[in-house]
Amino acid sequence: MRTVKRTPGPAGRTPAPSAPGGRPRSIGSALRRDVAAIAAAMVAVGASFGAIAVGAGIPVWATVAMSSIVYAGGAQFMAVGLIAAGSPFAAVFAGLLLNARHLPFGLAIGEVLGDRWSRRLLGSHLMTDEATAFSLAQPEGEPRRRAFWFAGIVLFLAWNAGTVVGVLLGGAAGDPATLGLDAAFPAGLIALILPALRDRDTRRVALLGALVAVVTTPLLPAGLPVLLALTGLAVLFLPRRRDPVPEPPPSGGAAAPDREESTC
Amino acid sequence: MLIAVIVALAVGTFTFRFAGVALRDRLDLPDGVRRLLPMAAAALLAALAATAALTEAGAAAGIARPAGVLVGAVLAWRRAPFVVVVVAAAATAAVLRLLGVP
Repeated sequence: MRTVKRTPGPAGRTPAPSAPGGRPRSIGSALRRDVAAIAAAMVAVGASFGAIAVGAGIPVWATVAMSSIVYAGGAQFMAVGLIAAGSPFAAVFAGLLLNARHLPFGLAIGEVLGDRWSRRLLGSHLMTDEATAFSLAQPEGEPRRRAFWFAGIVLFLAWNAGTVVGVLLGGAAGDPATLGLDAAFPAGLIALILPALRDRDTRRVALLGALVAVVTTPLLPAGLPVLLALTGLAVLFLPRRRDPVPEPPPSGGAAAPDREESTC
Repeated sequence: MLIAVIVALAVGTFTFRFAGVALRDRLDLPDGVRRLLPMAAAALLAALAATAALTEAGAAAGIARPAGVLVGAVLAWRRAPFVVVVVAAAATAAVLRLLGVP
């Protein structure tokens, strides 16, 4: 029995600015504002990276170089910690494990980078979690392409500007946790993927993937749990329950499915 | 040594980023598989958000951060503007910490 309980739709409010008709070449003001919010947070976190790296004894040139040529926040923080601890090999290994998730990102949004090699090389370097999420939150085609490049470029500049600020300010850059920025990034990602989660299959895949990642986080090195989220795709291959249940199975305990029992 | 670490990280990270883009063309993926790619990305992003919200260095992340993310997620669910989601999440975590909540 399925109670039809729809989400309390906010009546008459359009969910997203869908740019009706026309092909404006400019970036929508909503996207500009949204990217700016994340960019502001990135400046602050970048500043904290710069301050922490310099504080840990990493030279200024190396700190700035990491933000521009590695350009992967999580891996940078981790690498600084491990370098300071005297484990350069672990720094490389752990950082790359953390960044392996970019390969499936490239598979998913590769088309937004276009066919020109110069664009592909540059776009690959700009590919972050947030740029990918902003891009995928847009409808396919031109809007998705524009969102990727806009978010990619702005966030790259924000992260690097933040790093330089942090290097200059040192300890005065402050702890991003005080500002609650550690909560801002996950919340932003959730807001960006919510539209995709309206699709039932995507929702099931994503929820299972997130669950697997959280459960395995205490057990595995950083990076692997997030990759394991790909196992969420397995829900698509489960025998599907038929949606309109015609008659409830005869009561009296577990309804035996005619196929196999759970084969765990 | 330091420069070798940075170059190795940069080259490796770029290789991951570019490999997906390049493979997308090389592999002639059937439509069924192509359809799975955005789902795979959504699963990765959801897992990133969940682990970033709930864990810190492999252990539970305290209360302030998950609470802030929860406030943001509820607002996002109610279709609040993105900026409101992000600011409310940060403000909730910051205020809770100010009050001494871990």
